[in-house]
Amino acid sequence: MTLAMTDVTLTYPDGDQPRLTALDTVSLEVAAGRLVAVVGPSGSGKSSLLAVAATLVTPDAGKVVVDGTETAGLSPAEKAELRRERIGIVFQQPNLLPSLTAAEQLQVMAHLSGRRPRETRSRALDLLDAVGLAGKADRRPHQLSGGQRQRINIARALMNEPAVMLVDEPTSALDHERGAAVLDLLGGLARERGVATVLVTHDRSHLKAAHAILTMTDGILTP
Amino acid sequence: MFVAWRDLRFAKGRFALMGAVVVLITLLVGLLSGLTAGLARDNTVAITSLPADRLAFAPPPDGQDVSFTNSTVGESAWRDWAKQPGVRSAEPIGIRTVNGSAGDRTVAVAAFGVGPAAKIAPESGKLGPGRVVLSAKAADELNTGVGDTVRLGPLDEKVAAVEGDAMYSHQPVVWTSLDDWQKLGHSGTSKAEQATVIALTGHAGADYAAGDRVAGTRSVPLADSLSALASYQAENGSLQLMRGFLFAISALVVGAFFTVWTIQRSGDIAVLKALGASTPYLLKDALGQAVAMLSVGTLLGTGIATLAGALIGRTVPFVLESATLLVPALVMITLGITGAALSIRRITAVDPLTALGSAR
Ligand SMILES: Nc1ncnc2c1ncn2[C@@H]1O[C@H](COP(=O)(O)OP(=O)(O)OP(=O)(O)O)[C@@H](O)[C@H]1O
Ligand SMILES: [Mg+2]
Repeated sequence: MTLAMTDVTLTYPDGDQPRLTALDTVSLEVAAGRLVAVVGPSGSGKSSLLAVAATLVTPDAGKVVVDGTETAGLSPAEKAELRRERIGIVFQQPNLLPSLTAAEQLQVMAHLSGRRPRETRSRALDLLDAVGLAGKADRRPHQLSGGQRQRINIARALMNEPAVMLVDEPTSALDHERGAAVLDLLGGLARERGVATVLVTHDRSHLKAAHAILTMTDGILTP
Repeated sequence: MFVAWRDLRFAKGRFALMGAVVVLITLLVGLLSGLTAGLARDNTVAITSLPADRLAFAPPPDGQDVSFTNSTVGESAWRDWAKQPGVRSAEPIGIRTVNGSAGDRTVAVAAFGVGPAAKIAPESGKLGPGRVVLSAKAADELNTGVGDTVRLGPLDEKVAAVEGDAMYSHQPVVWTSLDDWQKLGHSGTSKAEQATVIALTGHAGADYAAGDRVAGTRSVPLADSLSALASYQAENGSLQLMRGFLFAISALVVGAFFTVWTIQRSGDIAVLKALGASTPYLLKDALGQAVAMLSVGTLLGTGIATLAGALIGRTVPFVLESATLLVPALVMITLGITGAALSIRRITAVDPLTALGSAR
């Protein structure tokens, strides 16, 4: 399994109340090339699930293995390395850096892992091509549409050839049609490149691409 | 510096504004440093370049410090000093401000009376009764040269040589023999031989405290004797204070700029962290940006200060030296980086989790 979460429990402090349980003994396995969708109402714990898988939060209990690496006990620097080398995160908002061109948004990923920008431009251009943005490589975020930015967000997550891709409501800023197009693209890329993908959404209408659909309710994950 | 360079270019306006502030502060500090050094030179160079280890003053009244203006030492004092074991030489120097005139020019000069055998004045061998040595500035201001006659107070003196750049209290120095210098005094002063201070040289371990007791003087190391120059103390103190304030202001301004800048960027920083940027990577990136801006700004400011110094150096006392220009530049960069580093530090506290979801 490329991503394996076993009996993961996560609680947050909740004022003077007992701690709030965001994830309740959640288990999840995603194999390479598979896309698993997680749906559920707002506040049910979907983003928390991704945050744990992305090593951004340490769970109270349970085991998380990313591409063969057990995340418990890693130092912050090791977690950062795991994120940049093995995990691709697609944010809900595109979260692009305003001063970088489309190609540079991708190249910065390679630069984080120590590669020189000159050597990585052609890969960045290929990826932009793959998400339908050929010819837009030198535009800055403010010169692109919302859908185009979201595609860069996806291409950036793929730049370092991650084993796992974590996608948090990528279509919430897009209209119906563009949202569908982005999800199709995502499903296709995950299959083609053999990436284990977790897709969080609360919109059930675009889940044709998913191999499995799981439901999150109050921190409990059910098929 | 992948992101930092692009941020620099993308936010040109902001960085140019901040850079301009750095340029202006550096320029101001550079000019002030050159001017401070120039004024200090004009005030003290005649003292600092004396071939002496210590100067002996008349003891000041209780609770006061020694002062050139209030010091008078008698002949017995320098004779006593010369006899002290370990003291190689004890030479009287008389210092007095008088009017010097030549032709239609009248200039306030500092008359330094020294023994012709003492080798304290440049070309001291040419000093004698009725013969003086002019510093270059004195000759220039009086528009005289060797062989001309200048009137010093009540005396007519022949210019035996023009040599050196001695200045004292912003007045050009005229070297006279100690005998002639006695006659420059105000009427009514005692007939006995007098001088203002005694220049002492000695071997290591000479007992100056004992010498002071015997001669009835108060001797201080040459460098400390500058505090006996009231005008220098006040002037130098306030200029250094201004310089210090400029340094502090620049560190604060740079720190404030990078604080605001870092807060503005904290969203981007969270994203980069979530994408796997290590904290050292981000700190290096941001610090590199600060160093780049500070270096360019400081370099420009120092360049302009050098040019300005070269232009005004002829009319204004201005010392154009690497020490007066490079040291402030280095201090500016160091303080600026410190200010920037303190504000950039908050990068470590940014939580990458905030990049997830719609929190931004
Ligand atoms: N940092 C936090 N501190 C305390 N409580 C938190 C924190 N983050 C999330 N929670 C709580 O944990 C629960 C799950 O939140 P989470 O963000 O995972 O929900 P979600 O399913 O992603 O919701 P949405 O669909 O609105 O994005 C919520 O009740 C939320 O209030
Ligand atoms: Mg969420």
